[in-house]
Amino acid sequence: MTDATAQGPDASRPERSGSLIALDERTRRRNRSERRFRLYGLIAIGIGVLALVVLLTSILSQGLPAFQQTFVNASVYLDPAKLDKNGTRDIEEIKKVSTFGYAPLIADAMDRKMESLGIDPEEFGLSDKDALEMISKEAAAQLRRYVIANPDQIGQTVEFRFLANGRIDGYYKGRVTMESAERDSNVSPAQLRLADELKADGALGTYFNWDFITAADASENRPEAAGIGVAIIGSFYMMLVVLFLALPIGVAASIYLEEFAPKNWFTDLIEVNISNLAAVPSIVFGILGLAIFINYVGLPQSAPIVGGLVLTLMTLPTIIISTRASLKSVPPSIRDAALGVGASKMQSVFHHVLPLAMPGILTGTIIGLAQALGETAPLMLIGMVAFVREYPGAPPEGFFDPASALPVQVYNWTTRADPAFVERASGAIIVLLLFLLCMNMIAIILRRRFERRW
Amino acid sequence: MPLLWIVLVVLGLGLIGYLMGRSRALGSAGGDGRQLHSLPSYYGWHGFMLTVVPALLMMAAWLLVAPSVIENRAAAGIPDAKIAERGSRSLVMAEVRRTGEALDMAVAQGTMDEDMARNLRADFTDVTERLKATGAIITTTVDQPILEAAQNYRVMAKASNLYMSIAVLGLAVVGLVFAFMRSDKDFRARNVVEQGIKAILILASTIAIMTTLGIVLSMLFETANFFEQYSWREFFFGLNWAPDFRGNSELGMLPLLWGTLYISLVALLVAVPIGLFAAIYLSEYASPRLRAVAKPMIEILAGIPTIVYGLFALITVGPLIRDWIAQPAGFGNSTNSVITAGLVMGIMLIPFVSSLSDDIINAVPQAMRDGSYGLGATQSETIKQVVLPAALPGIVGAVLLAASRAIGETMIVVMGAGAAAAQMEQGLGAIINPFQAMTTVTVKIVSQLTGDTDFASPETLVAFALGLTLFVITLGLNVLALYIVRKYREQYE
Repeated sequence: MTDATAQGPDASRPERSGSLIALDERTRRRNRSERRFRLYGLIAIGIGVLALVVLLTSILSQGLPAFQQTFVNASVYLDPAKLDKNGTRDIEEIKKVSTFGYAPLIADAMDRKMESLGIDPEEFGLSDKDALEMISKEAAAQLRRYVIANPDQIGQTVEFRFLANGRIDGYYKGRVTMESAERDSNVSPAQLRLADELKADGALGTYFNWDFITAADASENRPEAAGIGVAIIGSFYMMLVVLFLALPIGVAASIYLEEFAPKNWFTDLIEVNISNLAAVPSIVFGILGLAIFINYVGLPQSAPIVGGLVLTLMTLPTIIISTRASLKSVPPSIRDAALGVGASKMQSVFHHVLPLAMPGILTGTIIGLAQALGETAPLMLIGMVAFVREYPGAPPEGFFDPASALPVQVYNWTTRADPAFVERASGAIIVLLLFLLCMNMIAIILRRRFERRW
Repeated sequence: MPLLWIVLVVLGLGLIGYLMGRSRALGSAGGDGRQLHSLPSYYGWHGFMLTVVPALLMMAAWLLVAPSVIENRAAAGIPDAKIAERGSRSLVMAEVRRTGEALDMAVAQGTMDEDMARNLRADFTDVTERLKATGAIITTTVDQPILEAAQNYRVMAKASNLYMSIAVLGLAVVGLVFAFMRSDKDFRARNVVEQGIKAILILASTIAIMTTLGIVLSMLFETANFFEQYSWREFFFGLNWAPDFRGNSELGMLPLLWGTLYISLVALLVAVPIGLFAAIYLSEYASPRLRAVAKPMIEILAGIPTIVYGLFALITVGPLIRDWIAQPAGFGNSTNSVITAGLVMGIMLIPFVSSLSDDIINAVPQAMRDGSYGLGATQSETIKQVVLPAALPGIVGAVLLAASRAIGETMIVVMGAGAAAAQMEQGLGAIINPFQAMTTVTVKIVSQLTGDTDFASPETLVAFALGLTLFVITLGLNVLALYIVRKYREQYE
């Protein structure tokens, strides 16, 4: 080091001259580049946050209207001559009347309604049939369900709230305009004007739509009646299967790997497998489910049990990884103390380590379940895209009935032509996101309240 | 006997085993628990375990093996001509199974009695109509060979169920008696029970291996079937993807692979710079307050299901890009495009890249930064010239993991990228436009396997070959990435 002073200043660099306070050009350049670099970082974070905000706003703005629906109020006279010709009030007899038998009653009710309000469809250039088309085709089915449930009401006049046609509903949500109605074969501007008139008189209104949450899916041409009831039940059943299979198996596997496994090739093989399974594309699990559970074992297609099994295999790695982390975080002193007072290895694990690791295990499980709830691709391969109108039965038989699942229902709706289904799909996404939010909140609360720092 | 009942009865026997084992052990010690080798409950659990576990294992094995045995024997009665007529054995067997179920339903509904269901002849009576009347799914006319096989199938299935009930319950009773005989005050019940529990734990942890094995075997098996019907050269090197369920399909994989890689590339071009810069800022510059807000916000993006991203691509990003960029500039007029899917997938991958890189950057020792500052470098110079080069292997690993995620992603490409395969035969110009629709491996797996599929035709089986290709590619990327990341971690530990 002594000869360092002997060397003169580096000849290749210009000698620094001027003040230390005033920055020279090179320093300024370096500072500018420093600020630019910071700015890039901020912009990147900004883009990430912006993407999240735009994503959520887009889904919310598209989906919130799905929870509102336009209804037509009407009082229907349940004509005994049409519904129960023999007057026996025999439920089997009443069931024989198809929805076609109920349509005239609705036509009647609408006629009277218009008359009492002093509205003549003719003035709008509409026939009675055109005016009737403003009510959803689902109305007759709704009426029939009501009569079968309450046969004693036959002969009475009952207040009903019928779904309006999807296009009329779209008009009040801004999806259908006078101009687009000109080109639309399903709705005419005259019908929209009549709807405005009815709305002014209070015969037509927009209300919260419980049916969206409870009802089953509906066919292509009646989007107004489609709901996510079957999908919610199907998703719920699958989550039950996942919970009851993945939690015990995952915990058992983690206990073995973390507490008992000797270090040998077999344990290594298991570990490698688990970390690889965590990164296998979800659709591959769908292929597995199709090949093994449906084609080989012969379980029915579209059944929640198959979906649950596939999702179990998919979430197992997640649960095992988080369970092992929380088992590892229990300090060895706990095990040593248990062994010291004469417990066996098994007792020390099951009586002491496992209960202490439980909050972490549950948090991991809930996060795994949330992941499984949003998964779509594997379910499509095991036939869950099928159109399901019937609610699955009660468990355990219900696990084998065809059902839908929330994310698959969303996909299913996006493939349909009527734009009203896009609104439904976004609405279903909102429900799905709410479920996920709740699950993650529970996980966070569990972690905050029960997690111990050793 | 229905399965549920068998399980319940076995569990009931297990309960009896628990009580009997416990009381006999206690009895042998004259009611004094201190004389026993183990706690009394261990004798109980010993009884329960020996009763229930072998019986249920036997049941599982039976259920796994019996269907294929029965099917083979029922199929033996079907003439070869019949199989040739319907296309394949599995199709005929599906029909046999459906007919068998219909017969069961007819008996259950009382429209047929047991004798009739067993001896019905299709050439004399209108079986098809009668079976349809039960509400069963009968699609074709039931003829004599099918009906006969179905009747055999039914009888064998019933017999198998009966034998299984007897075997399972018998084994449970044998286990119970054995456990009872062994229960004695000097018997080391706890050791035996703990061995048993350990065996169950080992069994649970082998499920991961079995899953991998199941994935590989099921796909290998069907892929082998596919290559029997379709040349592997044309699959791996074919430039045209044009499946046709009437036959004469061209099933070249390269257009799909191109689409997959192209979309993944676009996604990585979005995700890697944004994710990396976000990670750098969060770990090197951000105040604790900003970090506490921004990091979870970005990580929410990772928790959102891919179907939400798919919908976002379909209803927001796709139309936006078409109306504002693609159409005015004359690049194309499709809402589905490579750029739509790539952009949205890139957003999905941001948290993936950023949180992995964040960990890796934080693992670079502080001493290296301090050394750089001591030499007069600014913070950004330190990051660019010291921290990033040190973290590079880890970041490469993170990018590879993100790439594997992108290649295997399904919903975003199903809803955002379209269904038309790249027109590779028309040269590079036709496949390089990012504003045109392009399909991927995962999209085609979905489209070939959903709906009514016939598991004998190459058009369906190709999905398994595609799946296997996808599995191998992602597995390779993952193994490589994990290897790199692990090597890197060791460097600084």
